[in-house]
Amino acid sequence: MRVLAAMSGGVDSAVAAARAVEMGHEVIGVHLALSRMPGTLRTGSRGCCTIEDSMDAQRAANKLGIPYYVWDFSERFKLDVVDDFIAEYQAGRTPNPCMRCNERIKFAALLERGLSLGFDAVCTGHYASIEDDGQGNLELHRSLAMAKDQSYVLGVLTAEQLKHSMFPLGATASKDLIRQEAADRGLSVANKPDSYDICFIPEGDTREWLKDFVPSDPGKIVDLEGNELGDHDGHVGFTIGQRKGLRIGKPAADGKPRYVLEIRPKTKEVVVGPEQALEISELSGARYSWCGKAPESPEQEFECEVQVRAHGDTVPATASVADGMMRIQLNEPLYGVATGQTAVVYLGTRVLGQMTIDSTRSKVQAGV
Amino acid sequence: MSVFLDHASTTGIRESARITLSEALELVGNPSSVHSQGRTTRELLETARDQVAAACGANRSEIIFNSGGTESDNQAIKGIYWARNNQDSNRNLIITANTEHHAVIDPVSWLQANQGADVAYVQLLEGGMVDIPALERLIQDNHARVALITLMWVNNETGVITDIPRICEIASEYGIPVHSDAVAAFGHIEIDFGASGLAAMSLSGHKIGAPIGVGALVVARSEKPTSLIHGGGQERSLRSGTMNYPMAASFAAAATESVAQLVPEMARLKILRDYLETEVAKIVPGVIFTSASAVRADYNSHLIFPGTQSDAMLFLLDQEGICVSAGSACQAGVLGPSHVLEGMGYPPELASACIRVTLGVTSTRADVDAFLTALAKVHPVALNATPA
Repeated sequence: MRVLAAMSGGVDSAVAAARAVEMGHEVIGVHLALSRMPGTLRTGSRGCCTIEDSMDAQRAANKLGIPYYVWDFSERFKLDVVDDFIAEYQAGRTPNPCMRCNERIKFAALLERGLSLGFDAVCTGHYASIEDDGQGNLELHRSLAMAKDQSYVLGVLTAEQLKHSMFPLGATASKDLIRQEAADRGLSVANKPDSYDICFIPEGDTREWLKDFVPSDPGKIVDLEGNELGDHDGHVGFTIGQRKGLRIGKPAADGKPRYVLEIRPKTKEVVVGPEQALEISELSGARYSWCGKAPESPEQEFECEVQVRAHGDTVPATASVADGMMRIQLNEPLYGVATGQTAVVYLGTRVLGQMTIDSTRSKVQAGV
Repeated sequence: MSVFLDHASTTGIRESARITLSEALELVGNPSSVHSQGRTTRELLETARDQVAAACGANRSEIIFNSGGTESDNQAIKGIYWARNNQDSNRNLIITANTEHHAVIDPVSWLQANQGADVAYVQLLEGGMVDIPALERLIQDNHARVALITLMWVNNETGVITDIPRICEIASEYGIPVHSDAVAAFGHIEIDFGASGLAAMSLSGHKIGAPIGVGALVVARSEKPTSLIHGGGQERSLRSGTMNYPMAASFAAAATESVAQLVPEMARLKILRDYLETEVAKIVPGVIFTSASAVRADYNSHLIFPGTQSDAMLFLLDQEGICVSAGSACQAGVLGPSHVLEGMGYPPELASACIRVTLGVTSTRADVDAFLTALAKVHPVALNATPA
């Protein structure tokens, strides 16, 4: 196959490219320039978009003896990921930009361009596995290295995208093994620190970063009954489950701490309430997709597990689709789930699909 | 083996330059030393100075050896600006073009951002040539404020030739110094510093077959630019630092040879270039020759393939073993639209669809044919490639 290896300049994508070469594929390394104004050197745990990262990726490609190019996706990245990220926060939701990047850049814009230039697949350093179900259907599964598993952020991939994706790291038991392999292969990125933060927010402080894009927009802090408890400078400064910094003068009647339960951009209200109101028992959304083969009859309730954060726990649940909406009943509550987050639905290790959460119901709201 | 058609980015070292360099590397002696070995290397350096001066029509004392084009442009632009502004603080206007090399645009922008300079960009005619009457009016209207004029002799992307002697003639009426980046001109068109009326001129070695890392700023004897570098006072106190005689000697050998062979060599390359353009137009009838209406250098063909993106074309041609280039890439390797084409008024989709083919000493008809074969193969693919 002709394989386009997306190389961020990190250790994972370098080893993934190396393995693709070893499998006998014709591999070409591509670094995605995602930032309009790339910094010269990495700061903090920033994961990409610097000249240093581009150089690291090039060094790795040279070591592997594969051609290397830089393709500029910064305009699309700004429109599809950064602007979407800002708009979601403004709408009172909590987006996952890595997921959007996979959905719209790496496995969409990059893959499309690769296919149009004669490539068969895009190879990345994600920790996940693609397996055949024995009947010619491709399935996405969790990686063997559970601590690094990234199947969650790949939950947006469709059957067609899986056909053109390659994740050579999925069967490796730990990141340490990948680092060791990189060192054995003489790759200079073997000891490069992991990236944790959102790549376009180098300092890691999302709220501080958002202030440059979202004007302050004061509103009221209210409780579930609608009583005004205080003022805020703008709802974008708040997140579901937040307890500190609410600046509410008087304590709750029961004397217990209050948490942000809901953000209502239209009325500029931030709703706070007791901890038990953060216990979410039901999720629903209209933007969902199946990762690989869809269930035979998704309108019938089926048992599954659900994960709502990249490295969060999974809980058992029952899901079904009706009237263009996916509904997920959680058998165990999840705490502090925000709309805009993605719920990924698993069957064991297999990723069945995903849904962007449009609404949540707590036990309190459900009257439980 | 790949086919190298990117001689304007850098070209192979000439045999004469390589031998001169390796022989000079055998010597030991600081050209500033008073002993015999120092005198030997000094002689090598000064012979090189004579040769470079002869190759570009300058006086030997006007040759300031340095690391090459970017350093020369910085020294000339900042040095002349500072000196002129120091004499008269009203002189803060720099006249240039937005099609200049980044080694000119960026020092000018730096002076604008940090030193209070104003910048006026000359109007360009279709094809990228400087509109001389418009420039004349610009000078007339602002002459008391002009610190310097800096315009390149041959554009590195399009090959367009600027009438530098005419511009110097106009500027001289007002005593305004003119600098020219002649990196793409030297060894490719006939230039004569003394006859041009220039105050300063930038030269680079590696575009004419010397190693990368050597060049010269030619500074008229009358000019006293402020130095960027301070130290031992070498090179007319404009370029302190131990003088790099092996590289200077190698540069001189390449300069002498390229200028001696200029007329027949450029006639040879013009035939190849014209053949290339005739055939390209048959393969891609919609091709745009960016500077067809301009006076341009003979070794350069600058092409726009509408509906493609430069990076896809470069990628596909590279896969076929063809080395050509497009606009300049940023430090991270991102290929942007050509600022030269944007400066000439091309819209972004065309400024991002260009390819530069540049011929040199090693270029043959077989190289051009290989390019044409590859172009015929990859152009339909590039047309269908989705943009990044």
